[in-house]
Amino acid sequence: MSFLLSLINSMPNAIAQGMVYGIMAIGVYITYKIMDIADLTVDGSLCTGGAVCVIMVLNGHHVLVAMLCAVIAGMVTGLITGLLCTKFGIPAILSGILLQLGLYSINLHIMGWGTETFSKSNLAISVDKYNLLASSRFVKAIVPNNPIFSVGIFIIIVIALLYWFFGTEIGCALRATGANQNMARAQGINTSSSKVLALMISNGLVALSGALLAQFQGYADVNMGRGAIVIGLAAVIIGEVIFSKIFRNFALKLLYCVLGAIIYYMVLQFVLKLGLSTDDLKLLSATVVALFLAVPYWKANYAATHVKEGRKC
Amino acid sequence: MLKVSNIHKTFNPGTVNEKVALNGVTLELEEGDFVTVIGGNGAGKSTLLNAIAGVWNVDSGSITIDNDDVTNLPEYKRACYIGRVFQDPMNGTAATMQIEENMALASRRGKKRTLKTGITKEEKAQYHELLKELGLGLEERMTTKVGLLSGGQRQALTLLMATMNKPRILLLDEHTAALDPKTAAKVLETTNRIVSKYNLTTFMVTHNMKDALALGNRLIMMNEGKIILDVKGEEKKKLSVEDLLKIFEANGNVTDQVILS
Repeated sequence: MSFLLSLINSMPNAIAQGMVYGIMAIGVYITYKIMDIADLTVDGSLCTGGAVCVIMVLNGHHVLVAMLCAVIAGMVTGLITGLLCTKFGIPAILSGILLQLGLYSINLHIMGWGTETFSKSNLAISVDKYNLLASSRFVKAIVPNNPIFSVGIFIIIVIALLYWFFGTEIGCALRATGANQNMARAQGINTSSSKVLALMISNGLVALSGALLAQFQGYADVNMGRGAIVIGLAAVIIGEVIFSKIFRNFALKLLYCVLGAIIYYMVLQFVLKLGLSTDDLKLLSATVVALFLAVPYWKANYAATHVKEGRKC
Repeated sequence: MLKVSNIHKTFNPGTVNEKVALNGVTLELEEGDFVTVIGGNGAGKSTLLNAIAGVWNVDSGSITIDNDDVTNLPEYKRACYIGRVFQDPMNGTAATMQIEENMALASRRGKKRTLKTGITKEEKAQYHELLKELGLGLEERMTTKVGLLSGGQRQALTLLMATMNKPRILLLDEHTAALDPKTAAKVLETTNRIVSKYNLTTFMVTHNMKDALALGNRLIMMNEGKIILDVKGEEKKKLSVEDLLKIFEANGNVTDQVILS
């Protein structure tokens, strides 16, 4: 009984965390599903977003200004990844790995802004001293900066903007690039700039998620993005498996990424309550994603090698 | 209107796989020419088509369309002059997008893409009419994902997309080779109808000598990266498959493939 109570008690926090990561999952959806690029920049740009947001708020800027700058910083990381894979000919997956490695140093320096060593691995921000939009402290309170409410508004705005954007001429060109590059080029679409733009939008969203996450947990940390891409993929895949049959509209597809992230954190909370150590969480995440990625492949293989028995005459 | 001057292209230069694909090709197309291009495997037909389309840059020589030098223009920038249908039906359309979205993409070829809506109401009505002319019933399925169409339907749609804003040149790369004979005949008939309707300058690569003779006003035969035969008008009408085979043989080029086709 007490197990159930404490589980239910922990759910609002899990939901809020899932919503924050849901914005990142939407970013992952854009690269992984729409553009067919596995972009690993995410692990670095999530922290970049958090670091930029926290350092700016600490330096007296309004939290919305700080978050806007975080988004811009995230878009710059996407721009660099995009240029590495289009202008430098480095495969997208490797470009992302290079970026997340390089961003580790940059993130340390962003957080160490104004300090003597110009480097810091962790930067705390207190919701008591600063006016933050989302803090885990208010997750059960009825206030405007209850994260479920404030992050929810961000999710609605993000989905509405993306729904509009992917219906425009430029948005359609991006989708065509993801679907068939030969066709896109034959229709006069510059596939390189399409990819760069998609990576910028995606990493801008990831950084927005990072900015909200830093506020939510009350600090930015250089390791906060570690494994983020796996969480993002898990969210997208879980959402797809559960909702793709009912959610056909593009806006709803974006929504299922958020729902996938929420489910992911609810399940996580559940296994933690069952007694799993937090040290083992990453192994669990990796295993879950590997399994979810493998199942469609096995299914297709099975279908190809096992023909259903024909009707007997 | 299309001028190809002495172009060369060698793939994998300096390796054991070195292949001279185009060896000094010069070709001039007049406005409204419908050229069919034949030749054995590796003769350079598709390579010449890809050179015009700008899939890669040629090693030397020049290509001009309407007196604009396009030799160094990347593929996507040349697209404003060119409509293209590929051999593989999967290649010409975006499978995960709707029929009307694919058409809207094609209608914006050569225009600046902006943040305006990707497809307008007027366009939808216009596409409905265009699809009707194909006679495949696609006008009733405009929001269907293209991936659900058959190869023949996709190829017909690609043809429509390639021609809907009257390109300066239409490039057809064995566009019926992957279809069954009945569908191939239908797509070919549609090709002929659309080309004559808009009087399009057309460059059609084919493996089928009968098609090459039946369609168009001009015929080119290629061998080892060179044009070895170029006939037009009345002279072309007199040609038969046997004549073509003789010319092939004279070039030491009889393969099973040639005989079978």
